[in-house]
Amino acid sequence: MKDQVNRLPGGGRIDRSVPCEFLFDGKRYQGYQGDSLASALLANGVHHVARSFKYHRPRGIYSAGVEEPNALVDLRSGDRKEPNIQATVAELYDGLESTAQNAWPSLAFDAMAINGLLSPIFAAGFYYKTFMGPTRKAWMLYEHFIRKAAGMGAAPSGPDPDRYEKGHLFCDLLVVGGGAAGIAAAIAAGQAGARVILAEQDFTLGGGLLSEASGSPADEWLQQQLAVLAALPSVRIMTRATVFGAYDNHNFGVLEKVSDNRPVPDGLQPRQRFWYLQAKRSIIATGAIERPLVFSNNDLPGVMLASSARTYLNRYAVRAGTGILVFTNNDSAYLAARDLAEAGAQVTVIDARRDVAGVLREICAAAGIELRSGEVVTKAKGGRKVRGAAVADYDPENGHVGEVKTLLTCDLLLVSGGFNPTVHLLSQRGNKPVWNADLSTFTPAPLPDGYHAAGAVTGDWSATHAAEQGAREGAAAAKALGFSGSADVPVLVGEPLESWKAPLLPLWRVKAGMKKAFLDMQHDVTTSDVDLAHREGFVSVEHMKRYTTLGMAADQGRLSNVNALAILAGLRDEPIPEVGTTTFRPPFAPVTIGALAGQETGSHFRPIRRTSMHDWHEAKGARFIDAGIWLRAHYYPQTGEDLDTAYRRETEKVRKTVGIADVSTLGKIDVQGPDAGEFLNRLYVNGFGKLPIGKARYGIMLRVDGFVLDDGTTSRLSDDHYFMTTTTVNAARVLSDMEFLLQTQWRDLKVQVTSVTDQWQGLACAGPRSRDLLAGLVEGVDFSNEGLPHMGVAEGLIGDIPVRVLRLSFSGELAYEVYARAGHAEEMWERVTAEGAKHDAVLYGLEALGALRIEKGHVAGQELDGRTTLDDLGLGKMASSKKRYWGQVLAEREGLRDPERPKLVGLEPVDDKARLKAGALLFAESAEKSGHGEGQITAVTYSPVLGHYFALGLLSRGPDRHGEVIEAHDPLHGKVHKLRVVSPHMYDPKGEKLDA
Amino acid sequence: MLRINCPHCGERDHSEFAYGGDATITYPSLDNDDMEAWYRAVFVRRNPRGAHKELWHHINGCREWLVVERDTVTHEISKVSAARDAVPAIESGEAGQ
Repeated sequence: MKDQVNRLPGGGRIDRSVPCEFLFDGKRYQGYQGDSLASALLANGVHHVARSFKYHRPRGIYSAGVEEPNALVDLRSGDRKEPNIQATVAELYDGLESTAQNAWPSLAFDAMAINGLLSPIFAAGFYYKTFMGPTRKAWMLYEHFIRKAAGMGAAPSGPDPDRYEKGHLFCDLLVVGGGAAGIAAAIAAGQAGARVILAEQDFTLGGGLLSEASGSPADEWLQQQLAVLAALPSVRIMTRATVFGAYDNHNFGVLEKVSDNRPVPDGLQPRQRFWYLQAKRSIIATGAIERPLVFSNNDLPGVMLASSARTYLNRYAVRAGTGILVFTNNDSAYLAARDLAEAGAQVTVIDARRDVAGVLREICAAAGIELRSGEVVTKAKGGRKVRGAAVADYDPENGHVGEVKTLLTCDLLLVSGGFNPTVHLLSQRGNKPVWNADLSTFTPAPLPDGYHAAGAVTGDWSATHAAEQGAREGAAAAKALGFSGSADVPVLVGEPLESWKAPLLPLWRVKAGMKKAFLDMQHDVTTSDVDLAHREGFVSVEHMKRYTTLGMAADQGRLSNVNALAILAGLRDEPIPEVGTTTFRPPFAPVTIGALAGQETGSHFRPIRRTSMHDWHEAKGARFIDAGIWLRAHYYPQTGEDLDTAYRRETEKVRKTVGIADVSTLGKIDVQGPDAGEFLNRLYVNGFGKLPIGKARYGIMLRVDGFVLDDGTTSRLSDDHYFMTTTTVNAARVLSDMEFLLQTQWRDLKVQVTSVTDQWQGLACAGPRSRDLLAGLVEGVDFSNEGLPHMGVAEGLIGDIPVRVLRLSFSGELAYEVYARAGHAEEMWERVTAEGAKHDAVLYGLEALGALRIEKGHVAGQELDGRTTLDDLGLGKMASSKKRYWGQVLAEREGLRDPERPKLVGLEPVDDKARLKAGALLFAESAEKSGHGEGQITAVTYSPVLGHYFALGLLSRGPDRHGEVIEAHDPLHGKVHKLRVVSPHMYDPKGEKLDA
Repeated sequence: MLRINCPHCGERDHSEFAYGGDATITYPSLDNDDMEAWYRAVFVRRNPRGAHKELWHHINGCREWLVVERDTVTHEISKVSAARDAVPAIESGEAGQ
């Protein structure tokens, strides 16, 4: 392992007592706790860490924070690997593994760098021009290779072994950003009594203050305030927490990187946590990001933002170079120049301005810095690392760049083009930033209600002002929230540079040199791409952005947007505000999909509903199937049986002896009140007004637009008490509609409705021996045909379990449904199945249930698909003409009365052996098999009674076509079958078995 | 994410509610046979930009239907009331049989 060649012997905010060994691209290095991966790499003299997206150019570490466009790496390994992680925000830990991405065979020699030589064809618009129109097919051929050549890191292929969580947070005031402004705001509001959350994406608070030397007055202020904060119970500090989205009603999305600072999360900790945060007010204290200067080869490793070099020096004790050029158009870079010179580097400042303030000249003189004013860097020199820069005279009046007058050598080239406030969260709220000509940048427009801003995000770069402003806004927010406590935030003294107000010289690009000058380094967009977009007519900023893909990478153009806008404005010869700016949208920083999903993955993707008898079915070897969110018993295989053999056996047995099925998933609604009968009468198409106590009735209800909504049976238990069942899938919708009608339309009706789906569990007992079975078990019920006729309802006891017995049939057999309270349901089930053993009973699941109803021609979910009318289903005769019901009028619409509409039919194969499939399209025998045909098969089963497959379907004019031979076309399976149209009611059409 | 101040349950996330459409609709009475009136009630919507009244159903709370007055531009909610007090009464006329 090599020494940390660039690490200074003292200073910084790293913990030298905790060394961290780490791997980068197969080599072993050492850093310290408190390092970022980037600072540790720089400490070890590693600048070249990546290859670029399109041209595979060598790239280094350009910044020290979330704005990093270049230093993207794969973090961790195996299935925990995460691609495209900014080395500048990855926290170093002992054992960290990282690899370079987008380079093959190696970072140093990347075969794809040939793309750089081919770059003329990869300019903006290359894909549109090459692969659209007549040559589109070529895209199919080349896509694979192009995607392989251009790209970012690859995601791991296995499932993520780590856990993610979601949570909700509430506070009075959210402070976004833990720099001077945010800290002051949190203290002020917290001391006043507000519940505050202070969210900082870094792993420690301080923001820009962390770039001040430890022991400086600014650092002392920070340490004091951190102690104050720690003692304030009303303030919750969240570090490693990125507020990535600002949404309606003061909701914020926060990503907390709980365990990204360790290889494997500790104990039960998740890797990351996604918070929905609900605040009453918020203070945006997100700071500002330095702007690059744009010149030829400005993307070489070793070119870096000046403020970032200062951060590496003061926060991480890393001097990123020894011979340093600082290219600037403003005062701020002199801080970096001074600190680096004082740390022993040879520093030359190249200032595009001719007039440089006296105080800056004094700083240079005192620190031994060579100052070259009125000059610009035209081109960076070097291969995989910067070695020098070409310098020329610059005329600020007309932007004219002179001939290259000298070549300066360096091992680090710092750039500073001014600062851009981090307005993203405000922009997300529709706050279009406004151009500030004095600062040559966009600052927030007047803020939306409930929002405050403090610090550099407002365009004031002074740390002293940030602390003052933060304290003021924090107090104002607390006051607006009704907190009156007093607060005391000390003044931050020790402003590092007094002359910040000196004017910046707008310099959007140095127009000289023939080499590529990069605007958006992450997407490899150059100044010439913007020129090209403008030349080809993409002059709107939104068009230019999409044509060049500028600002569309994961860094969202944090470094590139303003320079590109300004260049476009120059090309259009219009002022920058006229050109406008693009809108920032969430997320501010990439969010892991795992965090958004939280624990809602796999079997936790959605809730699973199980009936009270579920465990019993499971113990008996039942196979289950999803029905909505319910898990229903699908079939009960005996040894060697598959689905087909099992459901055929179950179906046959029900018809021969008796079967028992779990029907607990049916929706159940308790309807009570003096007007309950009238309510049901308005709801169902058929009459319910005169339903006697102790009787059930099959009913159908419509949607208000006239289509069938649902069917089921409703029993009258007493004068003002009804028990309704709905289909399993429509239960929630039906209850909602009933509540809607009662609460808004028919407020005159005195009725209460309550879901009792989970409270009552039920079984169906169907088959010729069902009466014998139940009669021997249920006490207090007369099971004779007179005592409990078809559609009769009775209450009785199984042992000491109260049960509700309904005589009704879905199968066409003599059948009953027996309901018990959920707490007794499993015992009821056990008693009925035990009794069943005496009667040769069979357990049957959903597949056999379906087979029985298809044979009988009962409609179910497949036919009640929201597109069918009463007449379509052959149920038109049920509609009462003596009353009014919901949906009645619009059911008479012309289209719903069209005689050509597909209507319910039975379909049997001409060839007895043919196996039919649901979903097949129906055509006349001779018709061409194209389009949607005349209808479709809705449900299919093998019918043991008929000895062949049997289907229900919807066929145009179907009831008039009984006997006709048609064809079912199944393009998915490439099958065509000849079918005979028959009545849907093939089993016991007269219903003799029901009334037996 | 919207926050809806349910008059019964207090302020809750919109994930507890189901959207229920335009709350300014007056449905014809059940004995009204005028298809045009039903057509307008079911299919014709104003889709305003700005202040709007809409129905939300507090399905994971009190199960009351609510009328939420929301600005469709800013999502600002100015008022929430129980639908049974706020929805326009059905047009006059005897419903049912």
